[in-house]
Amino acid sequence: MIEVSNIRTSFTTGFIRPRVVQAVDGVSFQIEEDETLGLVGESGCGKTTLGRSILRLIEPDEGHVVINGTDVTALSRNELRQFRPRMQMIFQDAYASLNPRMRVRESIAEPLKIHRMGDRAAIDRRVLELIEEVGLNKEHLNRRPYELSGGQNQRVVLARILALKPEFIVADEPTSALDVSVQAQILNLIRDLGREYHMSCLYISHDLGVIRAVSNRVAVMLEGRIVEIGKTADVLDRPCHPYTRQLIAAPATEPIENTPLVKTPKMVEERPDHLVEETV
Amino acid sequence: MDKALLEIRGLKVGFPTPDGLVRASDTVDLDIYPHETLGLIGETGSGKTVLSMAILRLLQPNTIIKGEIRYRGRDLLSLPEDEMRKVRGREIGVVLQNSGTSLNPVYTVGDQIAEAITLHQGLKRSSAWHRAVELLDAVRIPDPVRMARGYPHQFSGGMQERVLIAMALACNPSFLIADEPTKGLDAVTKREIIDLFREVNRDRSVLFITHDIEAARNLATRVAVIYAGEIIELGNSGVVLSEPAHPYTRGLLESLPERGMRPIPGSAPSLITPPSGCRFSPRCRCAAEDCKSEHPGLVEVGPGHYARCMLYDRG
Repeated sequence: MIEVSNIRTSFTTGFIRPRVVQAVDGVSFQIEEDETLGLVGESGCGKTTLGRSILRLIEPDEGHVVINGTDVTALSRNELRQFRPRMQMIFQDAYASLNPRMRVRESIAEPLKIHRMGDRAAIDRRVLELIEEVGLNKEHLNRRPYELSGGQNQRVVLARILALKPEFIVADEPTSALDVSVQAQILNLIRDLGREYHMSCLYISHDLGVIRAVSNRVAVMLEGRIVEIGKTADVLDRPCHPYTRQLIAAPATEPIENTPLVKTPKMVEERPDHLVEETV
Repeated sequence: MDKALLEIRGLKVGFPTPDGLVRASDTVDLDIYPHETLGLIGETGSGKTVLSMAILRLLQPNTIIKGEIRYRGRDLLSLPEDEMRKVRGREIGVVLQNSGTSLNPVYTVGDQIAEAITLHQGLKRSSAWHRAVELLDAVRIPDPVRMARGYPHQFSGGMQERVLIAMALACNPSFLIADEPTKGLDAVTKREIIDLFREVNRDRSVLFITHDIEAARNLATRVAVIYAGEIIELGNSGVVLSEPAHPYTRGLLESLPERGMRPIPGSAPSLITPPSGCRFSPRCRCAAEDCKSEHPGLVEVGPGHYARCMLYDRG
């Protein structure tokens, strides 16, 4: 189980007059094994910062992340490196995630080598298994990223991640750059492999259709905070927070500024396991 | 129906490469009527952008272009370059893909909008600037007087998109090409941009290029679906996007997360050596023997609804 409690992350911008931006402002939630939590919100709301903070790709200022009993936020740098294979991230731009000079074979073998998962022959065998699991074949092993399509590159990224058999993955808009038909292929793949490998997943997207398709539960983020969280059907079909309603609603709704936010917000349980931040 | 504003006849666009000729557009026939929004839908690499660049004649000089593109009766492909420059921006406006890279980072937004106005309408700088502020206001940029003095990096993605729309509208063109204007925008911003387009589209003809089916449904009066450089389905957007005739369009709709997320098997074909017969046949669930040998024509399957599929083209 993944337990995230009270994560806060801020950035300081400006040189002469420093200004602090509170990108993530006290976020808590849990993700069960085999569960996918969808995280929605508009650009700039802090979704990506939250995802990165949980994996300590950005150091959070405060809060704890406990992954299956290990407090990740308390690990030393060395311990963190040892722990990395257990938590992984998928990024939006697969092409940029891969080393352009490496062939697919080397790219997939790299994490296995770094984390010393078997001798050469075992690694070769595993690479062959993985390439087929993600729906590519042996011929692709000798290609480089520029010789593959966006969807194929995202498959290679998935193979690299699966190589490590992580317990938790953060997927940050992994399909937003892909066409709908390719997106459907990749989403199905992520869903099937997630089940097979018993992973917990935090799935970040601003596409509500995608979120509905992949998530068991959904969290809605606004200005660094989670304003609503619950089962997918509850949040998306019976939204309670005005912002969620606006996110889901049909065209031409009121601008966000009209929704006043409470200074010290509390979460209210609207129905079982469906929490909504209080509004004025 | 009125006479078409833009008529594309037998358009072929090819890019010579060391591996062979890439046939990016293959015998495209398309009419765009006054005051209609035509949605052009297709996957990456299907030839959507190439079509718009061919209309504007912005393709590389070594590109092989055949056919006719008539705008108000004049063939744009045989127009001398200086005449063409008067068409671009003044008669045909364009909102290019990737708003971030379409703006010049070292000029203010107001300057960039005013540039087109001084060039095409011969207005003085001060009046062009005034007009730029009006345009920013029209695309609902708050505090336009101040924002006109801002630089592109001070604008969010949605705001940059609005600036590009303002720029495209600067000379009030009667035809507008918008290339994936909602790409990369979040749900709320996307809806705002679509609302803005609904207003903009009222006064002109628009070619709206997108792979966002929802956006096409919201904006387009008719849609053309393009696959491997060919138009494979064309018709009223309500009909095509709810009861598609072509198996590819059907597959595209079914791969949407809200429609069951069933992907189309395989991947897009090579445009150097496209499959023989129907280009979609290797991926098609309905493919029969003759689909691999016969190349189907665009057949009328309902009033104003055309599909390029052997299902409808067997005698």
